[in-house]
Amino acid sequence: MADPKALRDKTCVVGIGETAYTRGTTKSPLQLSMEATMMAINDAGIKPSQIDGVVLPNGHNGGATAGDYAANLGIKDLIYTASFPEMGGAQMVSAMEGAVLALASGICDYVLVPHCSYFYTGARARDMTANPSNALQAAEYIRDYYRPFGVGAPPQHYAWMAQRHMHLYGTTQEQLGAVAVAMRKHAQLHPNAIMRGKPMTMADYMASRWITWPYKLLDCSLETDGAGAFVMTTAERAKDLKQKPVYVSGIASGHPYPPHDIPNRPDILEIGLDHSAPRAYAMAGVKPADIDFAEIYDCFTGQAILQIESAGFCKKGEGGPFCENGNIELGGKLPVNTHGGLLSQAHNTSMNHVIEAVAQLRLGCGERQVKDAELGVVTGWGGHGHGSIAILRN
Amino acid sequence: MNTNVHDDYQLPVLQGTAKEFYTYCKAHDLRFQRCAQCKTFRHPPRPLCNKCYSFETEWAPVKGTGKVYCWTVAMAPIGKAWVSYMPYAAVVVELDEGPRVATWVTGIPPDQLKVGMPVKVWYDELTPEVTLAKFKPL
Repeated sequence: MADPKALRDKTCVVGIGETAYTRGTTKSPLQLSMEATMMAINDAGIKPSQIDGVVLPNGHNGGATAGDYAANLGIKDLIYTASFPEMGGAQMVSAMEGAVLALASGICDYVLVPHCSYFYTGARARDMTANPSNALQAAEYIRDYYRPFGVGAPPQHYAWMAQRHMHLYGTTQEQLGAVAVAMRKHAQLHPNAIMRGKPMTMADYMASRWITWPYKLLDCSLETDGAGAFVMTTAERAKDLKQKPVYVSGIASGHPYPPHDIPNRPDILEIGLDHSAPRAYAMAGVKPADIDFAEIYDCFTGQAILQIESAGFCKKGEGGPFCENGNIELGGKLPVNTHGGLLSQAHNTSMNHVIEAVAQLRLGCGERQVKDAELGVVTGWGGHGHGSIAILRN
Repeated sequence: MNTNVHDDYQLPVLQGTAKEFYTYCKAHDLRFQRCAQCKTFRHPPRPLCNKCYSFETEWAPVKGTGKVYCWTVAMAPIGKAWVSYMPYAAVVVELDEGPRVATWVTGIPPDQLKVGMPVKVWYDELTPEVTLAKFKPL
């Protein structure tokens, strides 16, 4: 049997691209996706037709299929395609894992991972999670067993977890707020952040309206439009390319159990990342203490706290205090979401987290640069707690 | 531009195992799917027992008593139909026999809910076809 550690640093991200994030757009998801794709391909310095693998995180990318990419990019022999729709927001890092496997096994040479989120102009998240036609396993259960009780939107399912965390560990509203405030601070430093120019204090957070206790409006991620893309290849091929490669040192996906229903998990705070994080660290041969920054899937503040714990940055239950006192802000112990995250940059289903991690490891982030960054983590969360993690290095 | 699937009071789709579950609810008889071989409860229903791998199932009655496991208090409507109910607590109740359900605990303000609070089922006859199993403090 092969050893997963053999995958360490064998593949890398060599191109990134991202459109402007907006609330509302006249462009189609296909148009936005192709714009981001061409930025990433040009950033890598390869010809579009050199792409021979397309991993579409959610399978259709707001209307664009792998075939659309082949047609637009002039790929006459598309060798590998894959998608990970059931992973929800964890799909971006799982897509990266798919790309790693396709490249390391020699199946293909250059893999494109594009993603468009159309959350402002298109269907809302609540429509997708409760609609079985979207092929999410949990959707039928939500429709038949939760929604008759007025539970049908992601903040509600996830607030159950936050309430449980508060009950067991004494996590406070202000600790949730500390996550939101840190993300907003970071967004002030990113030119492509929806909330740039709109600073927010803890008092603003506490005054924001309730959505579903214990979540306030400012505990919830943004609904925005925009696309991003990244290009990956092998470490060997990357030597001849334009950009300094960012290597995938460790990568893994994991699932809560049972995955399809939050209430009936023996412990609703045991999440997919609890399973995947140890595998990723083992592959990379590093420890959480070695990590310089983390881009954490912050769909809601409480979910960011859960993942900070499960990614090993503190013990279970200590995530609330860990996020206080500027600890997760630039200059703190572990800068988290240096771009502002889903809470304050944009909701691109963590494509923006991957792109920010790569940008940080290229050391080109200007005033929001994590000094001397060498190792960064990206997590994904979705589909009720699936969890993926990538450990990247320069 | 945005659609909203929650604008109407959303009823379960009465087909397959959901139809069976709600048919018992209509008779004020709370039952859960249970493996007919090893007698392990499971909810929501699914085809295969993950303990003994039997496909044989039965609908087993429960006492209707349980405890509050966790909750959230909805204060923004997920659809127009929910405006008049707000704020309401959407509670996860753990039945004494093991299964947990998403439900409401009525007869108590949301801010007085406590984890572990004992509750008992009552039946809300929402429509001629659909009765929801809700709970109240014991």
